[in-house]
Formats: sequence, structure tokens, C-alpha cells
Amino acid sequence: MRIGVVRFPGSCDEVDALDACAMVADAELLWHGRTDLDGVDAVVVPGGFSYGDYLRPGAIARFSPVMKAVADFAAEGGPVLGICNGFQVLCEAGLLPGALLTNSGLRFLCKQVDIIVERPGTPWTADCEAGERLSIPVKHMSGRWHADEATVAELEAEGRIVFRYAPGDNPNGSTSDVAGVCSAAGNVVGLMPHPEHAVDALTGSADGLKLFSSILNGGDRVGTAG
Amino acid sequence: MSEQQAESLPGVDRAVELGLTKPEYARIVELIAREPNEVELAMFSLLWSEHCAYKHSKKVLRRLPTEGDRLLMGVGENAGAVEVAGLAVAFKVESHNHPSAVEPFQGAATGVGGILRDVIALGARPIAMLNSLRFGHPSSPRSRWLLDRAVAGIGHYGNSIGVATVGGEIHFDPSYESNCLINAMCVGIADPDRLMRCAATGVGNRVILFGALTGRDGIGGASVLASAELGDDDADKRPTVQIGDPFAEKKVLEASLELIDADLLVALQDLGAAGLTSSASEMAAQGGVGLDIDVANVPLREQGMEPFEIMVSESQERMLAIVEPSKVAAVLEVCERWELLASDIGEVTEGDRMRILVGDNVVGDIPVTTLVDDCPLYDLAPAPPEHGLYPAPPADLPEEADHRDTLIALLSGANIASRRPVFQQYDQIVQARTVRRPDEADAAVLALPVGENGIRPAIAVSIDGNARRVAANPEGGALEAVLECAANLACVGAEPLGLTNCLNFGNPEKPHVAWQLINSVEGIAVGCEALGIPVVGGNVSLYNEGPDGPILPTPVIGMVGEMPDATKTSSSGFLTDGQAVALVGPFSPNLVSSELAARRGQAPQGELPSLDISAVIAAHHAVRDGVRSGAIQTAHDISEGGLGVALAECTAVAGIGCDVTLPEFTDAALFGESPGQGFVIAGDAAAIAAIPGARVVGTTGGGNLVVSAEDGASFSVPVAEVQAARDGGLTAYLP
Amino acid sequence: MKVLVLIRPKQGILDPQGQTVERALPALGFEGVTDVRIGRLVELEVTDPSKLDELCEQLLANTLIEDFEIQIQED
Repeated sequence: MRIGVVRFPGSCDEVDALDACAMVADAELLWHGRTDLDGVDAVVVPGGFSYGDYLRPGAIARFSPVMKAVADFAAEGGPVLGICNGFQVLCEAGLLPGALLTNSGLRFLCKQVDIIVERPGTPWTADCEAGERLSIPVKHMSGRWHADEATVAELEAEGRIVFRYAPGDNPNGSTSDVAGVCSAAGNVVGLMPHPEHAVDALTGSADGLKLFSSILNGGDRVGTAG
Repeated sequence: MSEQQAESLPGVDRAVELGLTKPEYARIVELIAREPNEVELAMFSLLWSEHCAYKHSKKVLRRLPTEGDRLLMGVGENAGAVEVAGLAVAFKVESHNHPSAVEPFQGAATGVGGILRDVIALGARPIAMLNSLRFGHPSSPRSRWLLDRAVAGIGHYGNSIGVATVGGEIHFDPSYESNCLINAMCVGIADPDRLMRCAATGVGNRVILFGALTGRDGIGGASVLASAELGDDDADKRPTVQIGDPFAEKKVLEASLELIDADLLVALQDLGAAGLTSSASEMAAQGGVGLDIDVANVPLREQGMEPFEIMVSESQERMLAIVEPSKVAAVLEVCERWELLASDIGEVTEGDRMRILVGDNVVGDIPVTTLVDDCPLYDLAPAPPEHGLYPAPPADLPEEADHRDTLIALLSGANIASRRPVFQQYDQIVQARTVRRPDEADAAVLALPVGENGIRPAIAVSIDGNARRVAANPEGGALEAVLECAANLACVGAEPLGLTNCLNFGNPEKPHVAWQLINSVEGIAVGCEALGIPVVGGNVSLYNEGPDGPILPTPVIGMVGEMPDATKTSSSGFLTDGQAVALVGPFSPNLVSSELAARRGQAPQGELPSLDISAVIAAHHAVRDGVRSGAIQTAHDISEGGLGVALAECTAVAGIGCDVTLPEFTDAALFGESPGQGFVIAGDAAAIAAIPGARVVGTTGGGNLVVSAEDGASFSVPVAEVQAARDGGLTAYLP
Repeated sequence: MKVLVLIRPKQGILDPQGQTVERALPALGFEGVTDVRIGRLVELEVTDPSKLDELCEQLLANTLIEDFEIQIQED
């Protein structure tokens, strides 16, 4: 198992994501300018401020050459995880539903929150139980996930809400307390909290490691998206 | 040449407009045996300014110890560095006060950007930021606006570039009303063998400028030199506010470290105040060489910039490198991959001339040493004031309030309340090494890579200053600030290795301010000597004055310490029920210049008690050793608000109360201060009893903070009320 | 009446957003685009336009770094 972590100009959490991946598998950085994924088995689009978050978070990074390869990989069922800015990039690229708006408090917010696993069994939640609580930090300015009512109802019905903030822990005012969602086929997952910053109790929590270890159990390609 | 002769020089009025004195201008004319042209005058006016030449502080700063066993790089380089666990830990604090008073968001942001580049220039990866902020009374709308925007600016820059902001302090005092202070400290790590110096060497080597484009940023004062074609209508073309671009800086950071890793650079320097002028002449002076700079090759953001504008532009996110000719192509290639502009703008030359060219045309030619070393240094004329310099602040806490009400009022006051509403706006965890975040312990703890013994060592960092105490007694107050920083480190089990300071004062030409400055430096020096650590670098910010006079004398101390094992540390709060609570240290609290005195409307003046430094340092050792051995699980230094506030803070962290009995129940015993000299500790009863000097006063547990006196008096506060008071205090002032 | 206020970075002030967008455009095949400046648009409904300048100077724009332009829409 080899996991590729995309690096855009302005990525900040790519090295932490790489280190988290390296705890469970082989891992390498994928420069944004490349047009292929070097044959990796899974892709992480990491957090940070790609292109300075200028215009809109993720708006410029989604056009990087590597994102075409990520889209093709995702369409073939390849597992892709977007974290924070990576989630924003995947939404801008249309690989995940919804959009991420400025926090309801209008400020950047960094804090440890509890999230609840709503959908185990994706390549990134295979090691989690339904309803499991994970302590994982958030740190973002634009993390308020939003979609129209019809889309939210559809996602609920299809079980595509992967993570929700625990009651009282929603840091940004997201619709239905959504913290993370997945694609129709379940292989593309995006979330605002940072599991790569929760892989060692020494620095606060090791709960996030489950997302990375999941890839070993559920990381096989899950078939062409329906 | 006499001042009278200088009067007759045609260029003297311009020189004065640019901030030089007539004797200084006369000296320049004597040194270069002619009048400087416009480009040269612009360069002199900046390099001979207080900001660059330290002309009123350099002699005073000689008192500070600058040597230490673990020192790898000291004063004179872009930042200092000490050795920890085989790594170089680089750090420095710097001010960005005046720009922040004009535009707090961009001022604070570019302040963060500037100190980051100082650390990057050493070849170190920045791993942490801290900051020290001062604003006017929080009841002032302007102060609240400055706080809100400065914090947002600090977060904007630090968060975007992926460096954790792990600590800091904020104080409010009316003296900062029109002159806020924004001091930022950066810590970085590097391979000691790859530490970069700033000295230009190797005649024939190329000078490469890389990073952002050069615009008319921060030209400000020098704009009087503009040629007549630009009239008043064009004033807008000379923006005085610099805009920070953290995205550009992130690319500069990654490219710089890649260039150093690939061994492509001879020397590296950031562009800060005075832009190319300062960077180029510093590099030449350090290397004992000359430089040719061709401004025609500097990539510009705006057309029609004049040579002097290019030389003094303070556009952000730029670096200057010295590169061997054979490596220039490789350097340009790395910069291009990071989407950064890089240009070959000059050459290292033999001799001592700084030559500014436009193509083949020489537009400036002066000896480097004249620019950098020959600025006159002034002696200060200190005089202690006969009475206090600062007016009494407005009283908002009546003397007749009982202990309980006084405690709640202190906890909910802006100077003591929880800083969480501010810290939450900073990324505290990026780079995955933050073992203790703000509010979790007295100092931030940052884990380093696993050592050969399989254990992760760590560093602890803290920043501190208590200007009211310095106002009462500059030497004693500054010494206390050093000790308080060291006490913060002791609380997490760290041993101090070095400090950096930012000296924020008023106009040093005023005798009382000179007295504050000289004695504060003495206090810092005494503290350094007692701790056995050097000053590795720092910054001086003078002329911080408002219409009502100088700011409080505000020496800010940043300190770095080492920890052999990142897992052997403490919390600043009580963690479990049933532990012994004890006091450690030769703590002799008094109310002079305390937070309680300020709340009661008393001016910051009076006698500070003398302190026994060796006893204080013995207490620091006892706490540090106890934390490292695991005997102490909670350690918190007693600072603003005294013992009462310290105990309350210990209960607030995890919501665990305590019941303690104190020998004295006076205001001074409960709320008096003696920074850096006393600790509250907690742990297993037997282990705590064995800590040298520990005086057990009670136990942890329950839902209340219960404080009793040996004579039977007592008060009790629910921990939830303590938490609510602390949590609401600062939120109330953030819009 | 309906009022549009256009707020832009002042000439000569660094506009990192505009620069970054400008540099990204050629890669998407949009050649020949220069001088990208990114600002804000504020829509207002006002009864008395006489204080619009003051309103913009005090709140909507940071006149140290931004220019504003008031466009009054015909009803």
C-alpha cells in the first residue's frame, strides 16, 4: 500500500499528513504540477492554504494538473481523502457535494472537537464503528459546509454524511452539523477536522489514526462510481 | 566640520527632512569628502536611523551577556541560535509597533512575516510563533479595534504559512492608547552544520534577489527625494502601508530551505526595514567586501521607480542571497519551480565600496563601513524621576470588596481573563509537535525528532513582560520579567538556554526614559547572569510615545529551554482529586504595581521588595526537577493577580477544585505579586512533600475553590463560577 | 435608491489575490490577461445619499489601502 499526498504551493499540512500515512503504509508527496499519481493506491489532498486561499479556498488549486489525475483516479474508484483545504479543493472540483463557507463566527478557529462517525465502511472509515466519537482538532476560517435542502436530504438518504460534529461541538455553523461527506461511491471522503493532527497522544489525541489505518482494510478500489 | 559649516551645505535641509541631524549630515560629508547624491542620502538616512543604527541604545546594550556554552549563533546575525539535542534552535523577537498603530491587521501580519524571514535566513524551518501585545484600556473602542485586527492579522499570516502560534501575552494599560505594541517571536530549527550566515564572501560571487516584486512600499519619509515630476496628486502611488502576502512567504520559505539543503548558497539575508539598502550593506559589512547592485535588474511591481526608491523599498517577502556563479542557474531553477521571481542583481567586489548602478551608470558609490559602522552613537543622560511618571488608571474595583468578590473581579478583568478567544484564532498544532498548547501549561512545549536514545526531546518557549513593575523599578521589574520567563519554563520541566528581548520604550532623549532603559537592561543582564544564559539577539523600539507621554517601559523577554523528554512535563491546572497542593519559592508578594493596585486606581509606582535571586533559582530547579521526575503533575507560577488568581487558574483548567489553608489572609498575601518567584504545585502527597522547599497548603478535589486562613476566616467559590469569570473577561472586548 | 459601492485595492498597493489569480490564468488557457485587481462589491439601499462618502470612508473601505467608487443606480 502506497499513499500519495498532494502538495500545492501554500499547502501547510502535507508533511503532517505524509507522516500520518507513513505510520500505516508507504507514503510520498505528489507535486501539484505532475499529471500522474505515480501509481499510488490512495491519495490524500491535505490541508493548508493552497494558493493563499485567494479568490476562494481551493478555487485555484482545483485546476492544478495533478487534480485532473486525482479526478480520473476517483472516477475509477480510487480512495481519496480531502482534509480541510483538501476538502475545499474536492468540493470546488465537484468531486464532493456542497461548498465550504466562512465560519458563522467569521473568525479562524482552532480547537479540539469531538466528531461522530456516521458512515463506517468507506475506505477511510473502515476501522471505525457507527456512532464512534473521535477527538480531532479543527482549524479553519471557511469550514461551514453548506448544501441546499434537497442535496442534504439526498446525502442523508444515501448515507453520505460520513462525520458529524458531536452535539454542541459544531465550530462553524455547518448545515446539519456536517463535518465530512463522501462521494456517491463512497471512495472520496472529505472532512474539515484534521485527523493527521490526531495520530499521537503526546500531541493531544491518537483518534485520527483510524482514518489512515482504515485504508489498509478498506483501501482496495471499490469499483466504478455509480 | 562644525554645525555652522554644515548649515551652508546645499543638501542639509533635505537631510534634516529625512531625519538626519545637521551634525550627522556634516559627518557624512566629511567621511565621503563630498555631499551625497539622492540615492546615497536616502541610504544614509535609513542606515543612520535609530531603527537601523541603534544610535541611542547600542552603548547601553553592551551590558548584556552574549556568550554561552550552547550558543551557536548570536547577536549580529539575523537571529540567534542555541544547540538542543543536536539541533540548532533559532529564535528572535522583534517589534512592529508603529505600522500596527496605523493599520493593525497588515501591521501585525507583516510583523509576523518579518520575524519569520529572520529565522528563515538562518536556514531554519520556523516551527513556532509567540507574540506579546499591548493596548490601551479595553474600555476604549480604538483599543478593542486594534486588538481585534492585530490578532486577526497575526493569525492570517501565521496560519497561512503553516507555523503554529503557541504562546503569547496581552496587556492593557492606558499608556498604550495611541501607541500599541506588537512584538512577535519566531522559533525555528536547523541542522547546526547548515546554519546560514549573512556575510557576503567570495569576490565575483553573484547577488541574487528572490521572492516578491519590488514596489513603492514603505518608502514613506524618503519620498521627499522624489523628482519633481511626481506631484502631490501622485502621493497615492507611495503607499505607506505594506501588505503582507503569506502565500508568497510560504514559497520563499520552502525555496530558501531547499536552496540551503542543496548547498547552493554562500549567504542569505532577508529584506526588512530599509530594504535592499540595509540587507546589501549588512552582508557586505559582515563579509568585509564591496557590492555592486544594478537596480535595473530588480523586478518591479510598478513602472518608473527611481533608483533610490528601489534601494529603500520595504516590499515584503524578499530575500537576498550570495551565490557562486556556477550555481546561479540551479538557484534560478529552484525559485522558478516555487513560482518565485529571482534575479541576478549584482556582484561581490573586492574592497569596501557599495556601488549602486543603473546598467553601466553608477548612481551611488560609498564605503560600506561608512554606511554601517560610522553612524555616531549617543550617550544617554539618565535621570530618575522625582515622582511617578504615569497617571493613576481609572478605579473600577472598590477597596472594600471582600476577597471573594475581588478574586472574581480580577479573574474577569481583561488583563487576567482567559486568552482562549485569542488563541483559538491561531493554528497551534501544525507541524505536529505541540505537546502543550496555550492555556494547557505555563510554557508551550514543542517535541523535537526522536533522539538516538529513542526518546523525543523537546523545547519549551515562553514570552513575558510586566511593564507596570518595570515602571515602579526598571531594574527590579526587568529582572522579574526574566525570572518569570524562566519560571514558566521550570513549570513544564525545561531548563533555560537563552533569551531574546524586545525593548519597547519612549523617547530615550528624555532623561527619565533613558533611566528606564539603562536600568531595565541592567535588570535583564543580572537575570541572564543568574541563570547563566546569554541574550542571543533582539530588537529595540524607541520613541513609543503618545500625546500624554511615554508608554510604560516594556522590556519583553522571550526564552527557550530544553527538555530531555517531551513526555515528562506538566499541566498548569489540577488534574485529579486528592492530590497535595503546595507552594514553592521565596515568594514575598506585595501590591505595588500589581493588577489589584491598577484596578483600585493606583499608579504604577512604589518600592518593589528586594529579592534573593539564588533562592529563586533554587526554587526553579526544585520545580523543574520535580516535573521531570513525575513528582509534580501540576505547576503554575504565581504572577498577575497573585496567589489567589494562581489557585483559581489551577482549578479552571480541568474543573477540579481545591481546599487550601494559608498562614496569611491579607490582600497582599492573596493578590500581591512577585513575578517569577513562587509556584503552585500539585501531585501525589508523598512525592510533593519531598520537593525541596515545598510547603503543603491543601488538597485538590471537589467542585469549589476553598481558601481558608489559619485563623479560621474562609471563602469559597464554585469552580464553574471561576471558569465563567475567566472565560468571559476577554470575549467581552472582542466585537 | 439602490447604491453600489465598488472597493478596490489602491493603485500601488500590493494585491496578492489579484496577482495570484493573474498568474493562474495562463495555465487554464486564458492568455493576455493583466492587471487583475480583486476588491469587493457592496449593495446598499439608501434614502439619503448625502452621507455615502462618509459611510464608505468610515466603514466600508479602509482608505489607507483601498479606494472606493460609489455608483448610484437609477430607479
